[in-house]
Amino acid sequence: MSNRSDRLWMYGTMVKSRHFEALIKPAYFEGKTPVFNMAKGPLPGEMHLSDGQEPCAVGVCAHLRPGDTVTATHRPHHVAIAKGVNLDAMAAEIFGKATGLSGGRGGHMHLFDARVNFACSGIIAQGLGPAVGAALASKLRGEDHVAVAFLGEGAANQGAFHEALNLASVWKVPAIFVIEDNAYGISVAKRDCTAVARNADRAAAYAMPGHFIPGNDPDAVYAVAGEAIARARRGEGPSLIEIETCRLEGHFMGDAEAYRPAGEVERLKAADPIPAYRDRLLADGFDAADLDTAETDARAVVDAAFAAARAAAYPQPEEAFDHVFA
Amino acid sequence: MSSPETITAPRSARRLTIARAISEAIGQEMERDPAVLVMGEDIGKLGGVFGTTTGLLEKFGAERVRDTPISETAFIGAAVGLAASGMRPIVELMFVDFFGVCMDAIYNLAAKQSYFSGGQVTCPMVLMTSVGGGYGDAGQHSQTLYATFGHLPGLKVVIPSNAHDAKGLMLAAIRDPNPVIFMYHKALQGMGWLGTVQRSITDAPEGDYVVPLGKAAIVREGSDITLVGLGLSVHHALDAAARLEKQGHSAEVIDLRSIAPLDRETVRASVRKTGRLLVVDDDYMSYGVGAEIIASVCEAGIPLRAAPRRIAHPDIPVPFTPVMEHFVLPDADKVAAAALTILEP
Ligand SMILES: Cc1ncc(C[n+]2csc(CCOP(=O)(O)OP(=O)(O)O)c2C)c(N)n1
Ligand SMILES: [Mg+2]
Repeated sequence: MSNRSDRLWMYGTMVKSRHFEALIKPAYFEGKTPVFNMAKGPLPGEMHLSDGQEPCAVGVCAHLRPGDTVTATHRPHHVAIAKGVNLDAMAAEIFGKATGLSGGRGGHMHLFDARVNFACSGIIAQGLGPAVGAALASKLRGEDHVAVAFLGEGAANQGAFHEALNLASVWKVPAIFVIEDNAYGISVAKRDCTAVARNADRAAAYAMPGHFIPGNDPDAVYAVAGEAIARARRGEGPSLIEIETCRLEGHFMGDAEAYRPAGEVERLKAADPIPAYRDRLLADGFDAADLDTAETDARAVVDAAFAAARAAAYPQPEEAFDHVFA
Repeated sequence: MSSPETITAPRSARRLTIARAISEAIGQEMERDPAVLVMGEDIGKLGGVFGTTTGLLEKFGAERVRDTPISETAFIGAAVGLAASGMRPIVELMFVDFFGVCMDAIYNLAAKQSYFSGGQVTCPMVLMTSVGGGYGDAGQHSQTLYATFGHLPGLKVVIPSNAHDAKGLMLAAIRDPNPVIFMYHKALQGMGWLGTVQRSITDAPEGDYVVPLGKAAIVREGSDITLVGLGLSVHHALDAAARLEKQGHSAEVIDLRSIAPLDRETVRASVRKTGRLLVVDDDYMSYGVGAEIIASVCEAGIPLRAAPRRIAHPDIPVPFTPVMEHFVLPDADKVAAAALTILEP
């Protein structure tokens, strides 16, 4: 069982992440009504929300330090927040402002915060190779940093997944591959496109431990990830973890979700991991007042980040030409 | 073939988006030819992220309309194998930006089947994909990469600017014995969630017709300057031409429709008449369509009344924030301004 302060951190961080997405929702639809047009409003482009998947991010990142590397996906907010990405700069980036992580060049699918070794990408399974590289760098330097690549269950069918796992195992690097199984890649259900029911079974093909974690449960993720990360820090090599989680929103905002069976979203929302975790913590003797404070604090920093992001200036258009080369 | 009327003044009854024109063409060809099948990510139940396969699963079933895993190297390679085995696969990979993960199957495999086999093996497949930015989706979802594909021998590359041409080009592409990259521009696609240039929504015959691959169209006749575009940039050129007319300049607009093969003759004939040339492209500038068109005209020794010019996306990744993205993307204002520097130096 995770220790008290980590559990409180996980709860507060899940609330922070969920509140971040909650503030994105109305902002995203600004300028996009009455006729939805993705190009319009303060948050143009695709928007992939992480509601429901917070346990994956906090259970893993609770064990990470700034020197550890994380690569994430097109659905990055929960992981970025749990890894400690600068929240103000992240919000500003998503609004395309000059104060954003990359000054507005990357946007929501391209969040980079080198201070905490976080990066993400819109290309499926692109982050796995870089995680192997970061892990190798740590090993070559004799450090105990690890690298964690987050990916969706759909990405486990991509060639890069299999190549990266093999490479990580052959080189015995401190990499952890974390699959967030939310049952869908856009509209395609996992069972319709994946040869195995559990991707954790694929670890056997690469001679590394494979763990399946049911229940979308932060404590369970914390326990398994803690072991895998400690193992990697000891120099014993990579692990694969698959977490059963859920996507409470559409693939992207504006998704009609006609591919979901009737009642599925309602069922998933009834099992929302955040209130469930609050109940668990209360049952385990946490003080309601402490949880309330964690919630209030989490919301306050997100509110402040959004307010600052909205107030910030846009970059100068000519700055588009900066940083093409180092 | 699209005449100036098809693209500028849609006639009557049927007005199709490019999305509907594509799905209609595929459906008609699947009915006519049992060797045709479609596969790709989210093309079944969802009908394609960009509506290119709407209704096909319901009509033809999951054997011929196949949702794939996110395994592009495998399913594009499989399409080459299907094609070599006498099938006619149509494959979708929803954004051209994603082709990096499976490029080998495209440029080293599909494109070279005929050549390496000395003509024994053919590769009749269509690879369709969306291109273009302008909606704040950043640098991995907004590229066009026309020149990247136009550069590679053995691939045909088409880009419709309107629904009429989309249907005719798709029918021609499916029947062609070669791999055809069929690029549809997001700004023209007619999806509810993306703005659509209304001029791309046109009349298209219900029946069977082809727009030949490798044949450009003159979509507006004029005498003072030739504006050459493809996909969305055809519309920028047409909008600019309308403005130039008010300033007393007559612009001819050419829609390339294909860049491989490239209809150099139609461009040259127009520039022989106008003596002035501006190419409008939303791909990266260097080594691009503009360079190829200008070279084709210069190599033919056609006398020009002013130096030719090109407009394109600069050689930088497509930026996310709209203030930067719209600053670098071509639009009708930039086309008109560039044309004036040629017309009124
Ligand atoms: C190489 C590549 N192919 C296809 C896509 C389009 N695409 C974006 S998200 C997605 C589904 C990803 O599913 P999964 O890995 O399960 O992640 P989730 O969206 O469920 O978080 C697809 C196919 C892409 N971005 N990159
Ligand atoms: Mg998924």
